[in-house]
Amino acid sequence: MTNTTAMAEASQAESSVLPDFVRRIPVRPYLALHPVTKATLAMVGAIVAFGVRGWTGPAVVFVAVVVSGAVAGVLRRTLPFALATIPLVASILVVNTFLYPNAKDAIVTVGPLTPTWTGATAALQATLRVVAFGLSAAVFALTTPIDDLLVELERRGLGRRGAFVVGSALGSVPRTVERAREVTDAQRARGMDTEGGLPRRFRGLVPLVGPVVFGALAEVEERTMALEARGFTAPGRRTLLRKLPDSRPQRLARWALLVGSICLVAVSLAGAVKLP
Amino acid sequence: MTAGLVVEGASYRYAGAAERSLRNVSLELAPGRVIGVAGANESGKSTLCLLAAGLAPAVIGGRLEGSVRIDGVETTAIPPHGLAQQCGLLFQNAATQLSNTAATVFEEVAFGPCNLGLPVPEVIERVWWALRAVGVEEIAPRDPARLSGGQGQLVALASVLALRPRYLILDEPTSELDPAGTRLVAETLARIARETGAGILLVEHKMDVLARIADEVVVLAEGSVTLSGPAAAVLADPRLAELGVEPPAGVRLERAVREAGLEWSTALAEAIE
Repeated sequence: MTNTTAMAEASQAESSVLPDFVRRIPVRPYLALHPVTKATLAMVGAIVAFGVRGWTGPAVVFVAVVVSGAVAGVLRRTLPFALATIPLVASILVVNTFLYPNAKDAIVTVGPLTPTWTGATAALQATLRVVAFGLSAAVFALTTPIDDLLVELERRGLGRRGAFVVGSALGSVPRTVERAREVTDAQRARGMDTEGGLPRRFRGLVPLVGPVVFGALAEVEERTMALEARGFTAPGRRTLLRKLPDSRPQRLARWALLVGSICLVAVSLAGAVKLP
Repeated sequence: MTAGLVVEGASYRYAGAAERSLRNVSLELAPGRVIGVAGANESGKSTLCLLAAGLAPAVIGGRLEGSVRIDGVETTAIPPHGLAQQCGLLFQNAATQLSNTAATVFEEVAFGPCNLGLPVPEVIERVWWALRAVGVEEIAPRDPARLSGGQGQLVALASVLALRPRYLILDEPTSELDPAGTRLVAETLARIARETGAGILLVEHKMDVLARIADEVVVLAEGSVTLSGPAAAVLADPRLAELGVEPPAGVRLERAVREAGLEWSTALAEAIE
Protein backbone atom coordinates (compact mmCIF):
# COMPACT_ATOMS: atom_id res chain seq x y z
CA MET A 1 0.00 0.00 0.00
CA THR A 2 1.41 3.38 -0.94
CA ASN A 3 1.62 6.26 1.50
CA THR A 4 -0.94 8.19 -0.51
CA THR A 5 -3.45 5.35 -0.36
CA ALA A 6 -2.87 4.90 3.37
CA MET A 7 -3.39 8.60 3.96
CA ALA A 8 -6.54 8.61 1.87
CA GLU A 9 -7.91 5.66 3.85
CA ALA A 10 -6.99 7.29 7.16
CA SER A 11 -8.72 10.47 6.05
CA GLN A 12 -11.78 8.47 4.97
CA ALA A 13 -11.89 6.70 8.35
CA GLU A 14 -11.48 10.00 10.17
CA SER A 15 -14.29 11.62 8.23
CA SER A 16 -16.75 8.87 9.15
CA VAL A 17 -16.20 9.34 12.89
CA LEU A 18 -18.30 11.83 14.79
CA PRO A 19 -16.00 14.69 15.87
CA ASP A 20 -15.40 15.16 19.59
CA PHE A 21 -17.14 18.54 19.66
CA VAL A 22 -20.34 16.79 18.57
CA ARG A 23 -19.87 13.75 20.80
CA ARG A 24 -19.04 16.10 23.70
CA ILE A 25 -16.97 13.72 25.75
CA PRO A 26 -17.65 14.73 29.37
CA VAL A 27 -14.67 15.93 31.33
CA ARG A 28 -16.24 15.27 34.76
CA PRO A 29 -18.17 12.26 36.03
CA TYR A 30 -21.31 14.26 36.88
CA LEU A 31 -21.48 15.59 33.33
CA ALA A 32 -21.39 12.01 32.04
CA LEU A 33 -24.73 11.27 33.66
CA HIS A 34 -27.63 10.74 31.30
CA PRO A 35 -29.83 13.87 30.86
CA VAL A 36 -32.83 12.01 32.27
CA THR A 37 -30.79 11.09 35.36
CA LYS A 38 -29.88 14.74 35.85
CA ALA A 39 -33.52 15.76 35.30
CA THR A 40 -34.58 13.14 37.85
CA LEU A 41 -32.08 14.49 40.38
CA ALA A 42 -33.48 18.00 39.90
CA MET A 43 -37.04 16.74 40.23
CA VAL A 44 -36.24 14.71 43.34
CA GLY A 45 -34.54 17.80 44.76
CA ALA A 46 -37.74 19.79 44.26
CA ILE A 47 -39.92 17.04 45.75
CA VAL A 48 -37.79 16.66 48.86
CA ALA A 49 -37.11 20.37 49.34
CA PHE A 50 -40.77 21.29 49.25
CA GLY A 51 -42.40 18.06 50.40
CA VAL A 52 -40.50 17.01 53.52
CA ARG A 53 -41.44 18.89 56.68
CA GLY A 54 -38.88 20.65 58.86
CA TRP A 55 -35.31 21.57 58.13
CA THR A 56 -34.01 18.15 57.11
CA GLY A 57 -35.48 17.98 53.58
CA PRO A 58 -34.33 21.37 52.28
CA ALA A 59 -31.02 21.13 54.17
CA VAL A 60 -30.20 17.72 52.63
CA VAL A 61 -31.12 18.97 49.16
CA PHE A 62 -29.07 22.14 49.66
CA VAL A 63 -25.96 20.17 50.70
CA ALA A 64 -26.46 17.60 47.91
CA VAL A 65 -26.84 20.32 45.30
CA VAL A 66 -23.78 22.22 46.50
CA VAL A 67 -21.72 19.00 46.44
CA SER A 68 -22.99 17.97 42.98
CA GLY A 69 -22.45 21.50 41.67
CA ALA A 70 -18.86 21.40 42.93
CA VAL A 71 -18.30 17.93 41.46
CA ALA A 72 -19.71 19.11 38.12
CA GLY A 73 -17.54 22.25 38.24
CA VAL A 74 -20.48 24.64 37.92
CA LEU A 75 -20.89 25.83 41.50
CA ARG A 76 -19.70 29.37 40.84
CA ARG A 77 -22.02 29.67 37.83
CA THR A 78 -25.04 28.86 40.01
CA LEU A 79 -24.60 32.18 41.81
CA PRO A 80 -26.75 34.22 39.36
CA PHE A 81 -29.53 31.64 39.80
CA ALA A 82 -29.31 32.01 43.59
CA LEU A 83 -29.36 35.80 43.22
CA ALA A 84 -32.42 35.55 41.00
CA THR A 85 -34.36 34.16 43.97
CA ILE A 86 -33.72 37.33 46.02
CA PRO A 87 -37.04 39.09 45.24
CA LEU A 88 -39.00 35.96 46.13
CA VAL A 89 -36.89 35.27 49.21
CA ALA A 90 -37.24 38.89 50.39
CA SER A 91 -41.03 38.75 50.12
CA ILE A 92 -41.08 35.39 51.94
CA LEU A 93 -38.96 36.80 54.76
CA VAL A 94 -41.04 39.94 55.16
CA VAL A 95 -44.46 38.31 54.91
CA ASN A 96 -43.68 35.39 57.22
CA THR A 97 -41.65 37.30 59.80
CA PHE A 98 -44.15 40.12 60.21
CA LEU A 99 -47.47 38.58 59.25
CA TYR A 100 -47.30 34.93 60.33
CA PRO A 101 -50.86 33.98 61.35
CA ASN A 102 -51.52 33.39 65.08
CA ALA A 103 -47.84 33.75 66.04
CA LYS A 104 -47.53 35.34 69.50
CA ASP A 105 -43.77 35.04 70.29
CA ALA A 106 -42.73 38.57 69.38
CA ILE A 107 -39.06 39.29 68.85
CA VAL A 108 -39.56 43.02 69.23
CA THR A 109 -42.34 45.54 68.69
CA VAL A 110 -41.60 48.63 66.65
CA GLY A 111 -44.73 50.71 66.25
CA PRO A 112 -47.30 48.64 64.34
CA LEU A 113 -44.69 46.02 63.31
CA THR A 114 -44.30 42.86 65.38
CA PRO A 115 -41.89 40.28 63.93
CA THR A 116 -42.26 36.85 65.56
CA TRP A 117 -39.85 33.96 66.20
CA THR A 118 -42.32 31.51 64.67
CA GLY A 119 -42.64 33.64 61.56
CA ALA A 120 -38.88 34.14 61.26
CA THR A 121 -38.28 30.37 61.59
CA ALA A 122 -40.90 29.60 58.94
CA ALA A 123 -39.43 32.30 56.71
CA LEU A 124 -35.89 30.92 56.97
CA GLN A 125 -37.13 27.39 56.35
CA ALA A 126 -39.06 28.53 53.25
CA THR A 127 -36.00 30.47 52.10
CA LEU A 128 -33.86 27.36 52.38
CA ARG A 129 -36.44 25.42 50.33
CA VAL A 130 -36.50 28.05 47.58
CA VAL A 131 -32.72 28.40 47.43
CA ALA A 132 -32.20 24.61 47.45
CA PHE A 133 -34.72 24.19 44.65
CA GLY A 134 -33.26 27.13 42.68
CA LEU A 135 -29.75 25.71 42.91
CA SER A 136 -30.99 22.24 42.01
CA ALA A 137 -32.60 23.62 38.84
CA ALA A 138 -29.45 25.65 38.15
CA VAL A 139 -27.16 22.63 38.38
CA PHE A 140 -29.44 20.76 35.99
CA ALA A 141 -29.56 23.67 33.51
CA LEU A 142 -25.81 24.23 33.65
CA THR A 143 -24.85 20.59 33.21
CA THR A 144 -27.41 19.54 30.57
CA PRO A 145 -27.22 21.02 27.06
CA ILE A 146 -30.75 21.61 25.82
CA ASP A 147 -30.12 19.69 22.61
CA ASP A 148 -29.06 16.63 24.65
CA LEU A 149 -32.46 16.75 26.27
CA LEU A 150 -34.15 17.18 22.89
CA VAL A 151 -32.22 14.24 21.44
CA GLU A 152 -33.44 12.13 24.33
CA LEU A 153 -37.02 13.35 24.03
CA GLU A 154 -36.96 12.63 20.30
CA ARG A 155 -35.56 9.18 20.95
CA ARG A 156 -38.37 8.57 23.42
CA GLY A 157 -40.97 9.33 20.78
CA LEU A 158 -41.64 13.07 21.10
CA GLY A 159 -41.19 13.19 17.32
CA ARG A 160 -39.19 15.53 15.16
CA ARG A 161 -41.90 18.21 15.14
CA GLY A 162 -42.27 18.30 18.92
CA ALA A 163 -38.52 18.36 19.51
CA PHE A 164 -38.07 21.03 16.84
CA VAL A 165 -40.79 23.27 18.29
CA VAL A 166 -39.19 23.15 21.75
CA GLY A 167 -35.63 23.58 20.45
CA SER A 168 -36.53 26.30 17.99
CA ALA A 169 -38.52 28.25 20.57
CA LEU A 170 -35.53 28.22 22.93
CA GLY A 171 -33.12 28.99 20.10
CA SER A 172 -35.18 31.92 18.88
CA VAL A 173 -34.86 33.81 22.18
CA PRO A 174 -31.37 35.22 21.43
CA ARG A 175 -32.46 36.00 17.87
CA THR A 176 -35.47 37.96 19.13
CA VAL A 177 -33.31 39.82 21.64
CA GLU A 178 -30.87 40.67 18.86
CA ARG A 179 -33.73 41.87 16.63
CA ALA A 180 -35.10 44.02 19.46
CA ARG A 181 -31.66 45.57 19.85
CA GLU A 182 -31.43 46.25 16.11
CA VAL A 183 -34.89 47.85 16.08
CA THR A 184 -34.02 49.94 19.15
CA ASP A 185 -30.84 51.19 17.47
CA ALA A 186 -32.74 51.93 14.27
CA GLN A 187 -35.46 53.86 16.15
CA ARG A 188 -32.84 55.75 18.16
CA ALA A 189 -31.11 56.73 14.93
CA ARG A 190 -34.46 58.21 13.87
CA GLY A 191 -34.65 60.26 17.02
CA MET A 192 -36.70 58.06 19.35
CA ASP A 193 -35.92 58.63 23.02
CA THR A 194 -35.48 55.32 24.83
CA GLU A 195 -33.79 56.69 27.94
CA GLY A 196 -35.21 58.58 30.90
CA GLY A 197 -38.02 57.86 33.31
CA LEU A 198 -40.38 54.89 33.32
CA PRO A 199 -43.26 56.59 31.42
CA ARG A 200 -40.87 57.75 28.71
CA ARG A 201 -39.31 54.27 28.43
CA PHE A 202 -42.78 52.74 28.25
CA ARG A 203 -43.74 55.12 25.43
CA GLY A 204 -40.50 54.11 23.70
CA LEU A 205 -41.62 50.47 23.77
CA VAL A 206 -44.58 51.02 21.48
CA PRO A 207 -42.63 51.58 18.24
CA LEU A 208 -40.41 48.59 19.12
CA VAL A 209 -43.10 46.00 19.60
CA GLY A 210 -44.54 46.25 16.07
CA PRO A 211 -41.30 45.70 14.12
CA VAL A 212 -40.09 42.95 16.47
CA VAL A 213 -43.35 40.99 16.51
CA PHE A 214 -44.27 41.48 12.85
CA GLY A 215 -40.67 40.86 11.78
CA ALA A 216 -40.66 37.56 13.68
CA LEU A 217 -44.00 36.59 12.12
CA ALA A 218 -42.72 37.44 8.64
CA GLU A 219 -39.76 35.13 9.22
CA VAL A 220 -42.06 32.22 10.02
CA GLU A 221 -43.05 31.68 6.38
CA GLU A 222 -39.45 31.74 5.21
CA ARG A 223 -38.43 29.39 8.01
CA THR A 224 -41.23 27.02 7.05
CA MET A 225 -40.03 26.97 3.46
CA ALA A 226 -36.43 26.51 4.57
CA LEU A 227 -37.46 23.50 6.67
CA GLU A 228 -39.32 21.98 3.74
CA ALA A 229 -36.27 22.57 1.53
CA ARG A 230 -34.17 20.67 4.09
CA GLY A 231 -36.36 17.60 4.08
CA PHE A 232 -37.98 18.21 7.46
CA THR A 233 -41.23 16.52 6.45
CA ALA A 234 -39.53 13.36 5.21
CA PRO A 235 -41.23 10.21 6.50
CA GLY A 236 -39.56 7.88 9.00
CA ARG A 237 -37.27 8.58 11.91
CA ARG A 238 -34.62 11.28 11.84
CA THR A 239 -31.03 10.20 12.24
CA LEU A 240 -29.79 10.99 15.73
CA LEU A 241 -26.09 11.76 15.52
CA ARG A 242 -25.26 11.27 19.17
CA LYS A 243 -26.11 8.38 21.39
CA LEU A 244 -26.36 9.53 24.96
CA PRO A 245 -24.82 6.87 27.17
CA ASP A 246 -27.25 5.34 29.63
CA SER A 247 -26.83 2.31 31.86
CA ARG A 248 -28.89 -0.13 33.89
CA PRO A 249 -27.56 1.20 37.23
CA GLN A 250 -28.55 4.73 36.20
CA ARG A 251 -32.05 3.60 35.19
CA LEU A 252 -32.47 1.75 38.50
CA ALA A 253 -31.12 4.72 40.45
CA ARG A 254 -33.60 7.03 38.74
CA TRP A 255 -36.57 4.91 39.72
CA ALA A 256 -35.23 4.36 43.22
CA LEU A 257 -34.70 8.10 43.75
CA LEU A 258 -38.14 8.98 42.44
CA VAL A 259 -40.02 6.34 44.39
CA GLY A 260 -37.88 6.92 47.49
CA SER A 261 -38.49 10.68 47.49
CA ILE A 262 -42.25 10.24 47.08
CA CYS A 263 -42.29 7.72 49.97
CA LEU A 264 -40.22 10.09 52.10
CA VAL A 265 -42.67 12.92 51.50
CA ALA A 266 -45.63 10.65 52.27
CA VAL A 267 -44.02 9.47 55.53
CA SER A 268 -43.13 13.04 56.48
CA LEU A 269 -46.63 14.37 55.78
CA ALA A 270 -48.21 11.49 57.68
CA GLY A 271 -46.01 12.31 60.67
CA ALA A 272 -44.79 8.72 60.90
CA VAL A 273 -41.19 9.85 61.24
CA LYS A 274 -40.24 12.97 63.13
CA LEU A 275 -37.50 14.81 61.30
CA PRO A 276 -35.90 17.92 62.74
CA MET B 1 -37.78 11.34 -19.66
CA THR B 2 -36.02 14.69 -20.22
CA ALA B 3 -33.19 15.35 -17.75
CA GLY B 4 -33.24 18.88 -16.48
CA LEU B 5 -35.22 21.44 -14.60
CA VAL B 6 -37.70 22.91 -17.02
CA VAL B 7 -39.87 25.95 -16.43
CA GLU B 8 -42.30 26.28 -19.29
CA GLY B 9 -44.66 29.20 -19.81
CA ALA B 10 -44.92 29.67 -16.06
CA SER B 11 -46.98 32.46 -14.55
CA TYR B 12 -47.43 32.77 -10.81
CA ARG B 13 -49.56 34.88 -8.53
CA TYR B 14 -49.06 34.91 -4.75
CA ALA B 15 -52.11 34.10 -2.63
CA GLY B 16 -54.09 37.28 -2.13
CA ALA B 17 -52.08 39.28 -4.69
CA ALA B 18 -53.86 41.13 -7.47
CA GLU B 19 -50.97 40.98 -9.92
CA ARG B 20 -48.93 38.08 -11.19
CA SER B 21 -45.31 38.13 -9.99
CA LEU B 22 -44.10 36.01 -12.90
CA ARG B 23 -45.45 36.11 -16.42
CA ASN B 24 -44.92 33.40 -18.99
CA VAL B 25 -41.38 32.54 -17.90
CA SER B 26 -39.55 29.71 -19.63
CA LEU B 27 -36.08 28.34 -19.07
CA GLU B 28 -34.32 24.99 -19.17
CA LEU B 29 -31.57 24.06 -16.75
CA ALA B 30 -29.60 21.04 -17.90
CA PRO B 31 -27.45 18.97 -15.51
CA GLY B 32 -23.95 20.44 -15.12
CA ARG B 33 -25.00 23.84 -16.48
CA VAL B 34 -25.19 27.18 -14.67
CA ILE B 35 -27.96 29.63 -15.52
CA GLY B 36 -27.62 33.09 -14.03
CA VAL B 37 -30.70 35.14 -13.27
CA ALA B 38 -30.41 38.91 -13.09
CA GLY B 39 -32.85 41.76 -12.77
CA ALA B 40 -33.75 44.80 -10.74
CA ASN B 41 -35.43 44.51 -7.34
CA GLU B 42 -39.03 43.22 -7.50
CA SER B 43 -38.43 41.76 -10.95
CA GLY B 44 -39.49 38.27 -9.82
CA LYS B 45 -36.12 36.60 -9.23
CA SER B 46 -36.88 35.21 -5.77
CA THR B 47 -40.33 34.10 -6.92
CA LEU B 48 -38.71 32.23 -9.79
CA CYS B 49 -36.50 30.45 -7.23
CA LEU B 50 -39.50 29.37 -5.14
CA LEU B 51 -41.29 28.19 -8.27
CA ALA B 52 -38.31 26.26 -9.62
CA ALA B 53 -37.75 24.61 -6.23
CA GLY B 54 -41.38 23.51 -6.09
CA LEU B 55 -42.14 25.45 -2.89
CA ALA B 56 -44.53 27.68 -4.81
CA PRO B 57 -47.35 26.87 -4.86
CA ALA B 58 -46.96 23.58 -2.87
CA VAL B 59 -45.91 25.16 0.44
CA ILE B 60 -46.82 28.85 0.18
CA GLY B 61 -49.97 28.58 -1.91
CA GLY B 62 -50.75 30.91 -4.79
CA ARG B 63 -51.68 30.10 -8.36
CA LEU B 64 -49.36 28.59 -10.94
CA GLU B 65 -50.11 28.49 -14.63
CA GLY B 66 -47.77 26.64 -16.96
CA SER B 67 -45.42 23.89 -15.97
CA VAL B 68 -42.34 23.28 -13.78
CA ARG B 69 -40.73 19.86 -14.23
CA ILE B 70 -37.73 18.18 -12.68
CA ASP B 71 -36.33 15.42 -14.85
CA GLY B 72 -39.68 15.17 -16.58
CA VAL B 73 -41.85 15.07 -13.43
CA GLU B 74 -44.11 17.98 -12.49
CA THR B 75 -42.93 19.51 -9.19
CA THR B 76 -46.55 19.59 -8.02
CA ALA B 77 -46.49 15.78 -8.10
CA ILE B 78 -43.43 15.48 -5.84
CA PRO B 79 -43.73 15.80 -2.03
CA PRO B 80 -41.59 18.58 -0.42
CA HIS B 81 -39.14 16.12 1.16
CA GLY B 82 -38.67 14.48 -2.25
CA LEU B 83 -37.99 17.85 -3.81
CA ALA B 84 -35.42 18.60 -1.10
CA GLN B 85 -33.26 15.77 -2.40
CA GLN B 86 -33.62 16.82 -6.01
CA CYS B 87 -33.59 20.56 -5.78
CA GLY B 88 -31.66 22.43 -3.10
CA LEU B 89 -32.75 25.98 -2.37
CA LEU B 90 -30.64 28.63 -0.70
CA PHE B 91 -32.58 31.66 0.50
CA GLN B 92 -31.42 35.23 0.43
CA ASN B 93 -31.53 35.55 4.23
CA ALA B 94 -29.21 32.95 5.72
CA ALA B 95 -30.44 33.63 9.26
CA THR B 96 -33.88 32.23 8.53
CA GLN B 97 -32.44 29.23 6.73
CA LEU B 98 -30.62 27.90 9.77
CA SER B 99 -32.60 25.58 12.01
CA ASN B 100 -31.96 27.42 15.30
CA THR B 101 -31.71 24.07 17.05
CA ALA B 102 -28.10 23.03 16.43
CA ALA B 103 -25.31 23.69 18.91
CA THR B 104 -22.54 23.58 16.31
CA VAL B 105 -22.11 24.39 12.64
CA PHE B 106 -21.44 20.69 12.04
CA GLU B 107 -24.83 19.72 13.48
CA GLU B 108 -26.52 22.55 11.57
CA VAL B 109 -25.20 21.22 8.26
CA ALA B 110 -26.17 17.70 9.37
CA PHE B 111 -29.77 18.81 9.98
CA GLY B 112 -30.91 18.09 6.39
CA PRO B 113 -29.22 14.69 5.95
CA CYS B 114 -30.50 13.68 9.41
CA ASN B 115 -34.04 14.62 8.34
CA LEU B 116 -33.69 12.15 5.49
CA GLY B 117 -32.79 9.38 7.96
CA LEU B 118 -29.41 8.66 6.38
CA PRO B 119 -26.94 6.40 8.27
CA VAL B 120 -24.63 8.30 10.65
CA PRO B 121 -21.38 7.62 8.70
CA GLU B 122 -22.98 8.97 5.52
CA VAL B 123 -24.26 12.05 7.35
CA ILE B 124 -20.75 12.71 8.71
CA GLU B 125 -19.14 12.21 5.32
CA ARG B 126 -21.63 14.56 3.63
CA VAL B 127 -21.21 17.24 6.28
CA TRP B 128 -17.41 17.31 6.00
CA TRP B 129 -17.63 17.31 2.22
CA ALA B 130 -20.07 20.24 2.20
CA LEU B 131 -18.08 22.23 4.76
CA ARG B 132 -14.88 21.71 2.82
CA ALA B 133 -16.58 22.59 -0.46
CA VAL B 134 -17.38 26.09 0.81
CA GLY B 135 -14.16 26.39 2.81
CA VAL B 136 -15.62 26.63 6.31
CA GLU B 137 -14.56 23.33 7.89
CA GLU B 138 -12.54 25.23 10.52
CA ILE B 139 -15.73 26.75 11.98
CA ALA B 140 -17.46 23.35 12.30
CA PRO B 141 -17.35 23.44 16.16
CA ARG B 142 -18.78 26.96 16.42
CA ASP B 143 -22.27 28.03 17.45
CA PRO B 144 -24.26 28.86 14.27
CA ALA B 145 -26.03 31.67 16.12
CA ARG B 146 -22.75 33.52 16.55
CA LEU B 147 -21.51 33.62 12.96
CA SER B 148 -20.96 36.71 10.86
CA GLY B 149 -23.38 37.34 7.97
CA GLY B 150 -20.92 35.96 5.43
CA GLN B 151 -20.11 32.86 7.47
CA GLY B 152 -23.82 32.25 8.00
CA GLN B 153 -24.37 32.40 4.27
CA LEU B 154 -21.58 29.89 3.63
CA VAL B 155 -22.96 27.55 6.31
CA ALA B 156 -26.43 27.84 4.77
CA LEU B 157 -24.91 26.97 1.39
CA ALA B 158 -23.08 24.00 2.92
CA SER B 159 -26.39 22.88 4.45
CA VAL B 160 -27.96 22.82 1.00
CA LEU B 161 -24.98 21.04 -0.56
CA ALA B 162 -25.10 18.35 2.14
CA LEU B 163 -28.44 17.21 0.72
CA ARG B 164 -26.61 16.48 -2.58
CA PRO B 165 -29.42 17.75 -4.78
CA ARG B 166 -29.23 17.34 -8.56
CA TYR B 167 -30.22 20.98 -8.99
CA LEU B 168 -29.21 23.95 -6.90
CA ILE B 169 -31.29 27.08 -6.76
CA LEU B 170 -29.39 29.88 -5.11
CA ASP B 171 -30.95 33.24 -4.32
CA GLU B 172 -28.07 35.70 -4.03
CA PRO B 173 -25.63 33.38 -2.24
CA THR B 174 -22.90 36.04 -2.17
CA SER B 175 -24.92 39.06 -1.02
CA GLU B 176 -23.21 39.20 2.38
CA LEU B 177 -19.77 38.01 1.32
CA ASP B 178 -16.57 39.97 0.90
CA PRO B 179 -14.68 39.74 -2.43
CA ALA B 180 -12.63 36.74 -1.27
CA GLY B 181 -15.76 34.92 -0.05
CA THR B 182 -17.58 35.78 -3.27
CA ARG B 183 -14.72 34.38 -5.33
CA LEU B 184 -14.62 31.22 -3.21
CA VAL B 185 -18.35 30.62 -3.60
CA ALA B 186 -18.23 31.31 -7.35
CA GLU B 187 -15.35 28.88 -7.83
CA THR B 188 -17.04 26.28 -5.60
CA LEU B 189 -20.28 26.48 -7.57
CA ALA B 190 -18.45 26.18 -10.87
CA ARG B 191 -16.59 23.15 -9.52
CA ILE B 192 -19.77 21.54 -8.19
CA ALA B 193 -21.48 21.96 -11.54
CA ARG B 194 -18.45 20.53 -13.32
CA GLU B 195 -17.64 17.64 -10.99
CA THR B 196 -21.04 16.54 -9.71
CA GLY B 197 -23.09 17.41 -12.76
CA ALA B 198 -25.50 19.49 -10.68
CA GLY B 199 -27.49 22.10 -12.57
CA ILE B 200 -27.35 25.52 -10.90
CA LEU B 201 -29.87 28.35 -11.13
CA LEU B 202 -28.07 31.32 -9.67
CA VAL B 203 -29.77 34.62 -8.85
CA GLU B 204 -27.11 37.31 -8.54
CA HIS B 205 -26.74 41.07 -8.39
CA LYS B 206 -22.98 40.75 -8.85
CA MET B 207 -22.63 40.36 -12.60
CA ASP B 208 -18.94 39.54 -12.31
CA VAL B 209 -19.95 36.29 -10.61
CA LEU B 210 -22.27 35.44 -13.48
CA ALA B 211 -19.63 36.43 -16.03
CA ARG B 212 -17.25 34.04 -14.30
CA ILE B 213 -19.39 30.92 -13.99
CA ALA B 214 -22.73 31.17 -15.84
CA ASP B 215 -23.24 29.40 -19.14
CA GLU B 216 -26.44 31.31 -19.82
CA VAL B 217 -28.06 34.39 -18.31
CA VAL B 218 -31.73 35.28 -18.03
CA VAL B 219 -32.73 38.86 -17.21
CA LEU B 220 -36.12 39.44 -15.64
CA ALA B 221 -38.08 42.67 -15.61
CA GLU B 222 -41.55 42.99 -14.04
CA GLY B 223 -41.88 39.22 -13.89
CA SER B 224 -41.05 38.53 -17.53
CA VAL B 225 -37.91 37.33 -19.28
CA THR B 226 -36.60 40.30 -21.23
CA LEU B 227 -33.16 39.01 -22.19
CA SER B 228 -31.79 35.51 -22.33
CA GLY B 229 -28.99 33.64 -24.03
CA PRO B 230 -25.31 32.80 -23.64
CA ALA B 231 -23.80 34.61 -20.64
CA ALA B 232 -21.19 36.57 -22.61
CA ALA B 233 -23.77 37.90 -25.07
CA VAL B 234 -26.41 38.86 -22.48
CA LEU B 235 -23.91 40.49 -20.11
CA ALA B 236 -22.53 42.60 -22.98
CA ASP B 237 -26.00 43.64 -24.15
CA PRO B 238 -26.35 47.44 -24.07
CA ARG B 239 -29.96 47.14 -22.80
CA LEU B 240 -28.75 45.62 -19.53
CA ALA B 241 -28.32 48.96 -17.75
CA GLU B 242 -31.83 50.05 -18.80
CA LEU B 243 -33.14 46.93 -17.06
CA GLY B 244 -31.54 47.99 -13.79
CA VAL B 245 -28.57 45.62 -14.05
CA GLU B 246 -25.00 46.86 -13.93
CA PRO B 247 -22.81 45.11 -16.51
CA PRO B 248 -19.71 43.24 -15.31
CA ALA B 249 -16.50 45.21 -14.74
CA GLY B 250 -14.89 43.74 -17.87
CA VAL B 251 -17.75 44.94 -20.08
CA ARG B 252 -17.75 48.40 -18.52
CA LEU B 253 -14.00 48.67 -18.97
CA GLU B 254 -14.24 47.63 -22.61
CA ARG B 255 -16.91 50.27 -23.20
CA ALA B 256 -14.86 52.93 -21.48
CA VAL B 257 -11.81 52.02 -23.58
CA ARG B 258 -13.80 52.12 -26.80
CA GLU B 259 -15.57 55.36 -25.86
CA ALA B 260 -12.14 56.92 -25.28
CA GLY B 261 -11.29 56.02 -28.87
CA LEU B 262 -8.73 53.42 -27.84
CA GLU B 263 -8.36 49.97 -29.24
CA TRP B 264 -9.76 47.07 -27.19
CA SER B 265 -7.64 44.01 -27.78
CA THR B 266 -8.47 40.40 -27.05
CA ALA B 267 -5.16 40.12 -25.21
CA LEU B 268 -6.27 42.86 -22.81
CA ALA B 269 -9.60 41.14 -22.23
CA GLU B 270 -7.80 37.89 -21.46
CA ALA B 271 -5.42 39.66 -19.11
CA ILE B 272 -8.40 41.11 -17.20
CA GLU B 273 -10.02 37.68 -17.04
